[in-house]
Amino acid sequence: MSGSEVGEFVGALFILTGGIASVISVFGLIRLPDVYTRSHAATKSSTLAVLLTLSGTFIYFWASEGFLSVRLLLGIVFVFLTAPVAGHLIVRAAYRSKVKLADISTEDELYEVLHKKNE
Amino acid sequence: MIKTMLTIALISFAITIAIATVRIILGPSMPDRVIALDMIGVNLIASIAVISIMLKTRAYLEVILILGILSFIGTIAFSKYIERGVIIERKRSR
Repeated sequence: MSGSEVGEFVGALFILTGGIASVISVFGLIRLPDVYTRSHAATKSSTLAVLLTLSGTFIYFWASEGFLSVRLLLGIVFVFLTAPVAGHLIVRAAYRSKVKLADISTEDELYEVLHKKNE
Repeated sequence: MIKTMLTIALISFAITIAIATVRIILGPSMPDRVIALDMIGVNLIASIAVISIMLKTRAYLEVILILGILSFIGTIAFSKYIERGVIIERKRSR
């Protein structure tokens, strides 16, 4: 095995790991009880999956063609910055628009904080 | 070997998008659907990266940036709309 083949294999391994992590996170999205736990599955592990895939693509192009893609690096940075922000904003909007928690959840600390401020 | 790994990864992204579509159809509230749509956008980015490896071209790498920006702005607009009922806020101080 030459050097470029090893690099291509490492990139493909990253991409395969990203695909498996993506499937695991979508099972969280379909199985968890309410929107807050679902956003936990959808934002964190899905971001991990996409970052692994884009890093694998970067390594693959670097190894096979000697091509350092600045666009791909920008994409990695952008996804890494924006995916947690989007998840936080949509969960905040869900809580403010009074989406119910699941029945098995036991405590809601934010409720007391918000309603104490209003009084 | 590498082609098999890439194909398996592409199939798993397809499974992810299909199950997220089920969550969009089922989803009891609006934020559920927006979270699933955001996840579909993010997985489209990853599958386009894999496709650009399989087709041995670099021309699709711009699409990753554009889709990332569009998915982020769409999620932000939906969350503003769900929270306050308006997308663009105007100050009414006059």
